[in-house]
Amino acid sequence: MTGGAPALAVRDVTKAFSGLVAVDAMTFDLAENEVMGLIGPNGSGKTTMINLISGAFGPNSGSIQLYGDDIAGASATAIARKGIARTFQIVRILPSLTVLENVAAGGVFGHRRRWGRELEEEARHLLDKVGLEVSGGAPVSALTYIDQKRVELARALIGDPRVLLLDEWLAGLNPTELKTGIALIEALRGEGRTILIVEHVMHAIRSLCDRCVVMNSGAKIAEGTPAEVLADKEVIRAYLGDDDA
Amino acid sequence: MTERERRILPICLAAFIAAALLPLADDGYWLALGISVVMYTTLATSWALFSGPTHYISLATAAFFGVGMYTVGAWVGLLPFPVLVLIAGLLGAALAAVVGLATLRLSGVYFVIFTLGLAELARQVVSWVQTTMGTSSGLYVLTDITEPIIYWSLLALAAVIYLIGWRIGRSRLGFALRIIGNDEVVAVHCGIGTARAKVILFVVSGCLAAVIGAIMAPRFAYVTPTQAFSPMLSFQVVIMALLGGAHRLWGPLLGVIPFTIVLDLIAANFPNQTALLLGGAFLLIVYFIPNGVAGLIENGLRRGRSRA
Repeated sequence: MTGGAPALAVRDVTKAFSGLVAVDAMTFDLAENEVMGLIGPNGSGKTTMINLISGAFGPNSGSIQLYGDDIAGASATAIARKGIARTFQIVRILPSLTVLENVAAGGVFGHRRRWGRELEEEARHLLDKVGLEVSGGAPVSALTYIDQKRVELARALIGDPRVLLLDEWLAGLNPTELKTGIALIEALRGEGRTILIVEHVMHAIRSLCDRCVVMNSGAKIAEGTPAEVLADKEVIRAYLGDDDA
Repeated sequence: MTERERRILPICLAAFIAAALLPLADDGYWLALGISVVMYTTLATSWALFSGPTHYISLATAAFFGVGMYTVGAWVGLLPFPVLVLIAGLLGAALAAVVGLATLRLSGVYFVIFTLGLAELARQVVSWVQTTMGTSSGLYVLTDITEPIIYWSLLALAAVIYLIGWRIGRSRLGFALRIIGNDEVVAVHCGIGTARAKVILFVVSGCLAAVIGAIMAPRFAYVTPTQAFSPMLSFQVVIMALLGGAHRLWGPLLGVIPFTIVLDLIAANFPNQTALLLGGAFLLIVYFIPNGVAGLIENGLRRGRSRA
């Protein structure tokens, strides 16, 4: 690792879509082994920020560094190969592939590459780790929503990413599933994974995150521990409106 | 090789040898039909190498096929025939590379329209060159290559195409294309260089179609742009591959055999309504058997297994 450089350093990143500024001069660091939450009301630009980091599109200005290596504006392919993996807000599985192939897809062309028996063993190992109890040869369309999310997480993990981006990975889960989901991310944290989480489920943020960055209308309005930012006046105003502040 | 492949291999070899014996049994109608079947099998299978996994529907088959045919037409007598076939393959590959690099960023219907336009463009350019620089509207391809030789050449090529397809299916490239066909966004986020993967396969597919055109040229004796770059050919290849099932290597074959025979009957009995009946057939296939005959067979097998 590059001595001292944060896992991810975002500096003055701005992205506008034909006039609408979705991300406005965002700056934050994600340290190695840290689990950080990126929170904010709907439409505040969190997913756009994730898309800028993963290379789904490039920023208009600013820099994004992965361990000191500038990745802003690089292609999603190049960024995935450098070691940033992600899940999607609306789960994206590969419908005509088997469960095992869905997971393996993340481990062939990206950061850590495997093939053949080694790939298959790792895919099985990860399916086990994310708690999926179906046979790997099953068609992926038969899975429940949480199991599809598990597959997607395993696909992100199989490339042994240096930074993992989870875009509302817990959204849409029922209370029981949510408990399982939180425990799963907790386990990843225990392994020392570096994770950036976009999330609306506040108690998940409280129990999982070391620090939080709060966005509103594309800009950062607060940063600190979950307890600190959730007590912040401006954060409350952003979530609930002026009258309640 | 897996256990299953080891079991299937002898059956494939036997079928291949049986097919190779056809010219010895008959050199008239059945051989002519055999050439059609093998030609469409090779065309549809090489088309499906690219379009099967990626779901990019290419209507450029006629462009590559025509390039191959015209390569032979232009230099026949000047160079030995096998050399011409080789040149045709290289030209087809080069054309596919240029087109692929320019268009594979296009998605869906834009790609389809572009490839259709490409075949038309090639036809117009060749016609224009011929009428302004030459004096005739076509080229004579007079060789001593007989129908059995054409048939055997195509059959050998078919074997090569199946080997290529089998190899790609087991490779990282094949896996990458299946991921691309499912979800291109996921593919790039998995680290797949999607443009490169698509161009490589498009080049392989275009090269093979040009080689097939070159091999077929001597059969026509007189080659015209209308015939060599016929858009009908592109459509037929798509229909046959979809009828059989483009997601399996052996799928197109299952579409080619019935379709070639039916097409032959239609063309013989309803020469003026061929296009109409072909279009109707296309609609019915897409509507009723979206995964082709191969899909029907697989579903049947799966159902049978789950019942057992």
